[in-house]
Amino acid sequence: MDFLSLFVIVPFLTVVGIVFCKDFKQVRLTAAIGMTIQLGLAVALIFMYLAERKAGNMAEMLFMADYVWFPSLNIRYAIGVDGISVAMIGLTAVVVITGILASWEVQHLSREFFISLILLATGVFGFFITIDLFSMFLFYELAVIPMYLLIGLWGTGPKEYSAMKLTLMLMGGSALLLVGIFGLYFNSNPDGGQLTFHILEISKVHIDPMAQRFFFPFTFVGFGVLGAMFPLHTWSPDGHSSAPTAVSMLHAGVLMKLGGYGCFRVAIFLMPDAAHELGWIFLILTTISVVYGAFGAIQQKDLKYINAYSSVSHCGLVLFAILMMNKTSMNGAILQMISHGLMTALFFALIGMIYGRTHTRLINEMGGLMKIIPFLGVVYVIAGLASLGLPGLSGFVAEMTIFIGSFQHTDTFHRVCTIVATSSIVITAVYILRVVGILLMGPIKNKEFENLGDAKWFERLSLGTLVVVIASIGLAPLWLSNMINDSLVPIIEKLTMNL
Amino acid sequence: MMDLSISIWIPLIPLFMFLLIGLFGHRFKPLVSGVMGTIGLGVVAILSYTIAYQYFFVQGKVDGVYHKIIAFNTVWLNLTDKLHIDLGVLLDPIAAMMLVVVSTVSFMVHLYSIGYMHGEKGFHRFFAFLSLFSFSMLGLVLATNIFQMYIFWELVGVSSFLLIGFYYTKPSAVAASKKAFIVTRFADLGFLIGILILSFITGTFDFITLTDTSGEAIRQGATIGFLGMSVMTWAMLLIFMGGAGKSAMFPLHIWLPDAMEGPTPVSALIHAATMVVAGVYLVARMFPVFHTSAPHALEIIAWIGGFTSLFAAVIACTQLDIKRVLAFSTLSQIGYMMLALGVSGYGGEEGLGFMASNFHLFTHAMFKALLFLGAGAVIHAVHSNVMNEMGGLRKYLPITHITFLIACLTIAGVPPFSGFWSKDEILVAAFHFNKILFAVEYAVAGLTAFYMFRLYFTVFWGKDDRHYHHTPHESPLTMTIPLMLLAVASIFAGFIPFTELVTSDGAAFEPHIDYMIAVPSVLIGIVGIIVAMVMYRKENGMPEKMANNLKYLYKWSFNKFYIDEVYMFITKKIIFNYISRPVAWFDRHIIDGTMNGIAGVTNLVSFEIRGFQSGQLQKYAFVFVTSALALVLAFIYLWTN
Repeated sequence: MDFLSLFVIVPFLTVVGIVFCKDFKQVRLTAAIGMTIQLGLAVALIFMYLAERKAGNMAEMLFMADYVWFPSLNIRYAIGVDGISVAMIGLTAVVVITGILASWEVQHLSREFFISLILLATGVFGFFITIDLFSMFLFYELAVIPMYLLIGLWGTGPKEYSAMKLTLMLMGGSALLLVGIFGLYFNSNPDGGQLTFHILEISKVHIDPMAQRFFFPFTFVGFGVLGAMFPLHTWSPDGHSSAPTAVSMLHAGVLMKLGGYGCFRVAIFLMPDAAHELGWIFLILTTISVVYGAFGAIQQKDLKYINAYSSVSHCGLVLFAILMMNKTSMNGAILQMISHGLMTALFFALIGMIYGRTHTRLINEMGGLMKIIPFLGVVYVIAGLASLGLPGLSGFVAEMTIFIGSFQHTDTFHRVCTIVATSSIVITAVYILRVVGILLMGPIKNKEFENLGDAKWFERLSLGTLVVVIASIGLAPLWLSNMINDSLVPIIEKLTMNL
Repeated sequence: MMDLSISIWIPLIPLFMFLLIGLFGHRFKPLVSGVMGTIGLGVVAILSYTIAYQYFFVQGKVDGVYHKIIAFNTVWLNLTDKLHIDLGVLLDPIAAMMLVVVSTVSFMVHLYSIGYMHGEKGFHRFFAFLSLFSFSMLGLVLATNIFQMYIFWELVGVSSFLLIGFYYTKPSAVAASKKAFIVTRFADLGFLIGILILSFITGTFDFITLTDTSGEAIRQGATIGFLGMSVMTWAMLLIFMGGAGKSAMFPLHIWLPDAMEGPTPVSALIHAATMVVAGVYLVARMFPVFHTSAPHALEIIAWIGGFTSLFAAVIACTQLDIKRVLAFSTLSQIGYMMLALGVSGYGGEEGLGFMASNFHLFTHAMFKALLFLGAGAVIHAVHSNVMNEMGGLRKYLPITHITFLIACLTIAGVPPFSGFWSKDEILVAAFHFNKILFAVEYAVAGLTAFYMFRLYFTVFWGKDDRHYHHTPHESPLTMTIPLMLLAVASIFAGFIPFTELVTSDGAAFEPHIDYMIAVPSVLIGIVGIIVAMVMYRKENGMPEKMANNLKYLYKWSFNKFYIDEVYMFITKKIIFNYISRPVAWFDRHIIDGTMNGIAGVTNLVSFEIRGFQSGQLQKYAFVFVTSALALVLAFIYLWTN
């Protein structure tokens, strides 16, 4: 029994447990217990990983295991983690448990709701532990499909439309991805012999540059759709605004990270020549994402739309940094994924809680909420400050690592793009302060809201956990940054090998 | 020898206080929060004095030259092989001086606020934010590297934002806090890009390496040109842009007058004595770099400083809100400091401007804090900010009156008060640099005396028999004690031998008094005072007549030269209406429209061709047979040709 598989087994057992629960109280309790165990496992994994590294185990991937399950095509369930996947697993575990807590009072079809939610989480965890492209793809699909049900059944507003749009666009991405993955597979052994989906094995091979040039765009765009890359981001505002709270949290918090992680681990890592050659095209697109998303957020009136556009901007920065292809900027990209995951989960949790009270998400129908619901108000301000990159919170660490790393690029074009991207820190401040000003400050606008209750215990626990994690990464980022850095060394070596 | 590493507690104590009061403050009685915060800052002040004493008189000097001491340093984040962000404590003359300034004023303001904020809602929140600010400002002052400075730079910005918006139910306060944050954030973007360029060229953030005049780093990049200036000049100008934002230099000054929406003690602490001089401190900190590799940038700084000081002084002459007069006066005085840095050379007497700038920073912090706290006492007594609603207050507020008068005399440059000494040095430095700048500053000295005494006479004399709703009464001791202490500091700070302590290269030089400059500058100050006295000592028609005679100048000055309107036009019209709205529209209709279009076309096509899959066997058979026939015919045709 290998340790990493527990990350798939525990959610599966939780789902089985939920099936046997009698009422919704038992369901949510089971879900919470299962995901708390999962969080404990993730923390344990971090410590185990750090201990292994400290003991001098410098293998590229740790805790590896490998089972062939479709021999004729050499499809394997191969797992293993490095510092980057460990960090992503930690992020996922935090977001999932806080998401469960934020949906503590979902009573409508609660069993099905929690089952779908945890299946989604299983897909994400599985994605991060596998190092076999085909299994990775399967886990990815496992994460996307419950999403359709979750939005379509428990969503709000034009939920069928949004769910359909989101699923179709992501499926379109998967189709491109599948082409890319098979492209890699058929080029994985140029000398003839056994073909493979195994990432580490492919990374040892120098794939024919022509094939790279052909398959790189498929893979990058395929993952890029999920990472909300301009102009394929429009599923995000609609999807998020219709999704129920926990789904928005999980989706923006971790599912969108699969895109960035995939671009990094599959597209760039396995096809470095093409990445060097074609990267500039995507660099332009992601630079546009960063600025365009921020400008798009300025005028929105719906809280979820604001956050969705803000996610386009922040996730754009992830892909932007990955394309800079140096150690510092890539480190920044991973940090940004974690930081954005936590921040956006916090935002969506808050928006869900505010919506649950006021039954509106339009900011101009609210005002002066700080006086009525101070706890939620203060946390909203903290989330906003994290989002606009206040030092001491995680966003600053990530953004600064990205900007400094990107600006070290020797090419002027890349540095100019960096300067354009830095301008987002001002635009972000504009839209964040606009929302805080209208939503929380000022006199109480709507008298009906005067008697709203502040956060309940499970809401406080959920928000508090996220705030504590955001602040602790923001205050002491060194260990995390070092953990990621160590794992980047072999990757950067591979990227610069053929230059 | 004392271990200087205890100086790390100077920023940490306020941080701890912030967390304590912020998280648990609502459980205590309000007064407890206030007293805790004040005691914390008292300890910080004592520690700061000890450290400053140790630095200046025991450990700082080696062979007659002050050198930089790293008292504490730790790596916070590793970036590239060369670049890493450290957090630590750097002690040198300007840092030690700023420690004294920040901790003194902060302690006074804490003490004063216990009285001033008494009974306010959110009393503990106020003290939590004050502690947060003190932490950030002290961290900024002690920064060992430019990135640490940037970190705390952002933190003081957010503390300022929180405190300006303290009365968050008041729309004007919310708007002001937003404006302050966004304007300074925009300036910080310049700062950040400047840091990026600087670190790219020199490969370091570290102040000691950067400012080492005999080192390698300082000479990098001076030869690479870009758009007519060297890259280094660009980098330093961008860094100065950050400083100009925080120090509210023209044209980034627009946030400071509005920032007066915050509680008055906040204005005294943040928007008069400490945070707004951070820009001056930044330029002083990077001064060797400016001087060695970006002299053009320095010249630009001189002109911006000179212009701002004149511009703000003219506006201050017509404002009616007592705090706004002081705000514009702050702008004007910071302009003086910037100018002094801009005109300064490096080393020995050449560095007169550098010394003068820091000297003025020090004395200004004392007297401007005093002015604001005095204004706070007045506002506390009459419940209004507007000068026209005041008059004859000297009878009701004797202590406030005397201390305010001392502060006015100090800022007007009347000897032997401290303002005279520091301003005089700036004028001398300007005189040796450029005669036009000197003339400007000379005129500003007269204007300063005029507008300050206009304020003084209107508030404390003027309409003597004014009737108030409640008879104004003197403030409690927690408010008057800081006034008295700061008054003492304002009187005597001028005798501190700055030429021995704070100089550009750390070596002392001999001060001279240039009577050719000192005497006329005192005279023009006295002229300004007399004019103000004639016009405002007793109520008369003169001010109105004057305003009518200078119609346009008065109107433009009163409306702050319409700079705010220009900004509103740019932000509201251009950014909101011509960029953001089209982007949102484009996204919804073009990008998303295309996506939906693709889906729609797919739908349409499938609708059109679904007839082929009707499930009717006859139809299938028909299609099959006709297609087969067509194929056969086609083959035969191809075969025969």
